[in-house]
Amino acid sequence: MPFQPVKFYQTGTFTVGNRLLAPEERTVQANMQRTNGLNSGHRACQGCGEALGARYAIDAAMRACNNQLVAANATGCLEVFSTPYPETSWQIPWIHSLFGNTAAVATGIAAALKVKGRREVRVVAQGGDGGTTDIGFGCLSGMFERNDDVLYICYDNEAYMNTGVQRSSATPPAARTATTMPVGVEPGNVFGQGKNVPQIAMAHNIPYVATATVADLHDLEYKVTKAMGMHGARYIHIFVPCPLGWGAASNDTIKLARLARETGLFAVYEAEHGEVTSVSKIRKRVPVEEYLKLQKRFVHLFGKTPATETIARIQAMADRNIRKFGLLEEEGV
Amino acid sequence: MEKPFAITLDVGSSLANHTGSWRTKRPLYVDRLPPCNNACPAGENIQGWLFHAEAGNYEAAWRVLVQDNPMPAVMGRVCYHPCESSCNRGQFDEAVGINSVERFLGDEAIKQGWKFDAPPKASGKKVLIVGAGPSGLSAAYHLARLGHQVTIFEAGPFAGGMMRFGIPKYRLPREVLEAEIKRILDMGVVLKLNSRVDNILDSMKSAGFDAAFLAVGAHIGKRTFIPAGSAAKVLDAVGVLHSMEGEEKPMLGRRVVVYGGGNTAIDVARTAKRLGATEAIIVYRRTREKMPAHDFEVEEALQEGILIKWLSTIKQVSDAGALTIEKMALDDKGFPQPTGEFETLESDSLVLALGQDVDLSLLNGVPGLEIKDGVVQVSPALMTGYPGIFAGGDMVPSERTVTVAVGHGKKAARNIDAWLLGSSYEAAPKHELANYEKLNPWYYNDAPKTMRPMLETLRRQSTFDEVQGGLDESSAQFEARRCMSCGNCFECDNCYGVCPDNAVIKLGPGKRFEFNLDYCKGCGICVSECPCGAIKMVPEEV
Repeated sequence: MPFQPVKFYQTGTFTVGNRLLAPEERTVQANMQRTNGLNSGHRACQGCGEALGARYAIDAAMRACNNQLVAANATGCLEVFSTPYPETSWQIPWIHSLFGNTAAVATGIAAALKVKGRREVRVVAQGGDGGTTDIGFGCLSGMFERNDDVLYICYDNEAYMNTGVQRSSATPPAARTATTMPVGVEPGNVFGQGKNVPQIAMAHNIPYVATATVADLHDLEYKVTKAMGMHGARYIHIFVPCPLGWGAASNDTIKLARLARETGLFAVYEAEHGEVTSVSKIRKRVPVEEYLKLQKRFVHLFGKTPATETIARIQAMADRNIRKFGLLEEEGV
Repeated sequence: MEKPFAITLDVGSSLANHTGSWRTKRPLYVDRLPPCNNACPAGENIQGWLFHAEAGNYEAAWRVLVQDNPMPAVMGRVCYHPCESSCNRGQFDEAVGINSVERFLGDEAIKQGWKFDAPPKASGKKVLIVGAGPSGLSAAYHLARLGHQVTIFEAGPFAGGMMRFGIPKYRLPREVLEAEIKRILDMGVVLKLNSRVDNILDSMKSAGFDAAFLAVGAHIGKRTFIPAGSAAKVLDAVGVLHSMEGEEKPMLGRRVVVYGGGNTAIDVARTAKRLGATEAIIVYRRTREKMPAHDFEVEEALQEGILIKWLSTIKQVSDAGALTIEKMALDDKGFPQPTGEFETLESDSLVLALGQDVDLSLLNGVPGLEIKDGVVQVSPALMTGYPGIFAGGDMVPSERTVTVAVGHGKKAARNIDAWLLGSSYEAAPKHELANYEKLNPWYYNDAPKTMRPMLETLRRQSTFDEVQGGLDESSAQFEARRCMSCGNCFECDNCYGVCPDNAVIKLGPGKRFEFNLDYCKGCGICVSECPCGAIKMVPEEV
């Protein structure tokens, strides 16, 4: 019998940890001493993807910089549910900026630390898709353009959830929100380009841009750790399902993030200086219906007379992503 | 305390906010019954011993295994592994090679000389076991573990029963069998060979036994009426396999015909081939699909050049050994019906492998017994109609396999123990079954089954060397790690990681996890993302 290296096959590398893995191969989240940057008692909804994504990212960043971290946080769900005065769920130095100026506040903190000679203290800015792709976009672009030493993390749940699920420039086509009701000839959000901020960030040729989802923790932590090992402007865009705004079951949060990747609707990749350096391949390709059907914001596409044409257009978006980023394993490999 | 401008309250942690009060359902850690454990006739805790084997802790794995089955090296060779047929991984890629890992552990135990734990203090009770086959040996082991003094009376010259006299060497090397029997006897079990029990009540009374377990097996070959010439050589399969263990090997000739379609028919045909028959032909009245023999054995036999004549019955045997064969055809209900077409098949000997009967003579004069279809009827506790006399293995109604027999031995031992103490044995309630739907297969990597090496065909046709090889250490561990741990936590940290509310407490290696219900909002992500289905949601009490 040929030599068979002892591999870890029970759950591969997809689970958070495992008793049989060497400690350094486990995730930060598997560690009993993880920071818990976002602690219990926060007021996010049941099954909140953003709360999960934020703890994943911040804990990984804390480990990467030896717990020397300051975070600036845009207004939005994440800020509101974590810090109703006088309580805070944050177990790191944390400042609440305005809705639109987190990138600028973080730039200021980085500049102040530089002046004070505190090179070891690192700066993270974070916000939702509203604070990033719409309202804070000018400040963000400026931060990129100046190559300020900040890691900006966007938690993308595809609408303004905090204020009652209004459309943002990250809302996908056909989705129902409070401002894009499922009425008329093209129900839900319009088909258009939206605003693809990871691609726009890449166009600034900054040192590092990456996308990730809460469904692949190993990948997310790898990207945060890699970004923390660099200086200059860095951007990570994390896909975080919102059970409330999407009308999904609270226990499907991770499943939805997984399906977004497996359908090709959300491309997971990383880029350095404007050049894509790696993509996460799809493991088991699934049609977009499987993803859409779990969410009430797309319920008008199904029912007695399914909107097959609209579904086909969404499938075409996924297919385009798959072609553009090469998300499928090549045949015969 | 002096507060800054416009600040009236101290900064507090959100831990003051017990979000657990939002919950309408709560998660609960459970242990569900893995399908392998559920299917095992010997009641092994398969998932439990694979758990230790995965970590490379083979002795711990073996010790968990032998809590239920004292003969893993035998089992890893002769068991038809219903565990693998029911393994959830079979629906994912291929079933875990449980049987090959079991064999590895059994062989490792023999190699390393691992011994059973010493029995606890003696109970003072004496139990007689009749028959040293798998069922009797298993009962002896389990009774000895419970502190009882056990004596086995075996009619034959060796222990092992059908494991020795029914299963050929090429499937079960005798030194493996000897080693595992010796380990049981080393616990203080007394074995008396060549000691036939003619009357069970007399034997019990003579040495003051408090209870008896009968496991004499089924060793009488069934006959069927076939008109045969006086010089025709007609043998029965059990006799042929039995004489393989003696000095005089059976003389079967160059052309051997075996009549029957069970595993014994296959065993005899393969044995005849190894004894030098140029042709070994199985005659069976139905088709391959209907054959009771296990398909892998049929396949191995065909590989070795055994011929099988399907849909055929033997009508007559002439003096010179010419067999008259009638072709059969299956009717609508799948039963073979004669067609009236005949052909002739030359043979040097005909071996009948038509099943076996039980020799029940030792039960003569025992009141209250019920015999039906040639086997002893027993209660669910395996007790016969006579209080204190229990029976198991092939002599009671059951599927006749070594594994079932070993299971009977364990079950009987527990019930005998309870009976001796004047109580009755209550089996622990079974957990809910961990079926495939309860798993989250996303987390399991694709890993094909490791195949055991097979002896090359030429050597299989001419020698009694063992056909199927074992796995080496790294392959056995690889195979163990393919276990999906259905229904039982294996500490993958997923629940601890995926909780948005940090409401899962990790208790440390080997201690699993706990929910912090002060903060758990009841979202259920941990249940959905648990790979092995070891968490469930239950409604909160209102």
